[in-house]
Amino acid sequence: MAIFVDKKSRVLVQGATGHQGVYHIGAMQEFGTNVVAGVTPGKGGQKVGKVPIFNDVFEGVDATDANTSLILVPARFAKDAVFEALDAGIKTVVVITENIPFHDAMEFVHYSKYKDAVLIGPNCPGIASPGKTKIGILPGQIFKEGNVGVASRSGTLTYEIVNSLTEKGIGQSTCVGLGGDPIIGTTFIDSLNAFEKDPETKSIVLVGEIGGTAEEEAAEHIINHISKPVFAFIAGRTAPPGKRMGHAGAIIARGKGTAESKIKAFKKANVEIAKFPTDIADLIEKSV
Amino acid sequence: MKLFEYQGKELFSKYGIAVPNGKLVNSEKDLSDLKFPFVLKAQVPIGGRGKAGGIKSADNLNEAKEHFSKIMGMDIKGYTVRKVLAEEKVGIKKELYLSITLDRSKRMPLIMASGKGGMDIESVPDKEIFKEWVNPLIGIQPFHIRSIVPKLKLEKEEGKEVAKIISKIYKMFREYDCELVEINPLIITKEEGAMALDSKVNINDDALYRHPDLEPELVELTPLEQDAKEKGIAFIQLEGNIGVIANGAGLTMATLDALTNYKGKGGVFLDLGGTDDPEKVKQAFELMKKAKPKVIFLNLFGGITKCDTVAKGVKDVITKEGIDCPVITRIKGCNETEAKDILKDAGLITGATLQDAAQKSSDLAR
Repeated sequence: MAIFVDKKSRVLVQGATGHQGVYHIGAMQEFGTNVVAGVTPGKGGQKVGKVPIFNDVFEGVDATDANTSLILVPARFAKDAVFEALDAGIKTVVVITENIPFHDAMEFVHYSKYKDAVLIGPNCPGIASPGKTKIGILPGQIFKEGNVGVASRSGTLTYEIVNSLTEKGIGQSTCVGLGGDPIIGTTFIDSLNAFEKDPETKSIVLVGEIGGTAEEEAAEHIINHISKPVFAFIAGRTAPPGKRMGHAGAIIARGKGTAESKIKAFKKANVEIAKFPTDIADLIEKSV
Repeated sequence: MKLFEYQGKELFSKYGIAVPNGKLVNSEKDLSDLKFPFVLKAQVPIGGRGKAGGIKSADNLNEAKEHFSKIMGMDIKGYTVRKVLAEEKVGIKKELYLSITLDRSKRMPLIMASGKGGMDIESVPDKEIFKEWVNPLIGIQPFHIRSIVPKLKLEKEEGKEVAKIISKIYKMFREYDCELVEINPLIITKEEGAMALDSKVNINDDALYRHPDLEPELVELTPLEQDAKEKGIAFIQLEGNIGVIANGAGLTMATLDALTNYKGKGGVFLDLGGTDDPEKVKQAFELMKKAKPKVIFLNLFGGITKCDTVAKGVKDVITKEGIDCPVITRIKGCNETEAKDILKDAGLITGATLQDAAQKSSDLAR
């Protein structure tokens, strides 16, 4: 078991023939991902390695039974690409693309709900279930199969934390990068619920950052619905208010979404907070 | 991008929302063809300009000239006033509040309205702010408006006017990719029309390519910020004296947190993002040198950005141009060993962990 993606994920890559597409199809295959198709309009009939390329998602799904899509297309074409994937019957869509207008994201996130699909991202590194599959651009070598579920709003910081877990011999069930944008599909709460149900996951790590109220909502949810131990790290404890620190999400406005408020909420929910990202591994080691 | 009040009002006019009769005033000469009394308003992308003396009313030309010369060029919370809007005064019967913004948690546009207009909405009690969420796939419908307008306790004709404005700003919010459209106050005039007396409009930066009609924002950048922007490097200037090069927003913030923990202060931050181009790394490192920090802290977790790529860029700059401040490196992840090998003779200080490197950087910066 794992959450959202596993050995049964048959992956179609939208934006397969570009530099990123070609590189990551290779990197995913190396990890063990079953990449069955690629889509680039106008390039149907070509191949990337052994992966057949189709002109549209419908053709690709018909020919290969793909059930999962990885979106690597430029921001301007992302909304169209996600709608196409959902209409073609794809049930898990992972949107890596950054700088998508949030009005577009709002539309495709809502549409994914009506299609009963899982949408991860946008502006995320993707998702990996070690030993099974990886859909996205996360560096494969940092993972190890195991029982810790990780959900994160940040990219590199996730790699940092996962790597420190792996170095201590603590493996992961699934690591999901939720994305750094104000509008995202899969949230901390969705991930917590999935990890709670997943028999393979024994404990959960949340990597949050300043801005928005996703961490506060997650903390509230943990109190009533999550029985597994949860650990967290919050980035941006000392970021000056009003200063944009890179992510669209990472901005403190009007005193809301501060690190203090998030840490307080997590403490109330008995979530252990790490001072440094690499401390998460020590906290988990101590608890088992 | 934050629009100036006058730009927001230009959009309002485009959508058929009434605004006071007015124009931008560039010199005293422009003041003569307006009807008195009128109001002179400093155009700055920040609130609180009234308190700062940026809004003054004038009953005659002499008064107008006097206020104009004071407002033009004045400093309001760090912004120099370069544009002044003159608007004829309007008879006010009621002041309301109306806005549409993004609710991140519900992932929907949120309409907020209140009968308490004209003041900071943060100081209006929650029970007097009426909220309505709109599913972006269906857009605004009459039921949304039926739910919100009666709560404002307006007279029948006034309610009809406000209902029309709600539909119009929703349309504008969607079509112009707005993050925020706020009218405060939205007034009911003595003639029972509704009119926007102020505007706050923010456009989503990621969608600006769809709106070539909007003038690009005039942001005053320091030469270094300008340089970084041209090279496509995320650059943040803070108070401290430690220059940080990291990759990814989360890791950059975590690095700042770690420095603060050891009483170090981050100064310039460069986020390499997901680059794997040695040339870009070189440019970033050169930019950092120009910012003249006391210490440079390179904190890298290699994934897509491979450690050895960054190491090559750094080594290149150091061997060709030298470096006159200590450089602390902490390198983990993809091709870490190769990177350490490349940098081993470059005279850099290495930190084994984030904590170790943050402590060394903070100590050296003191």
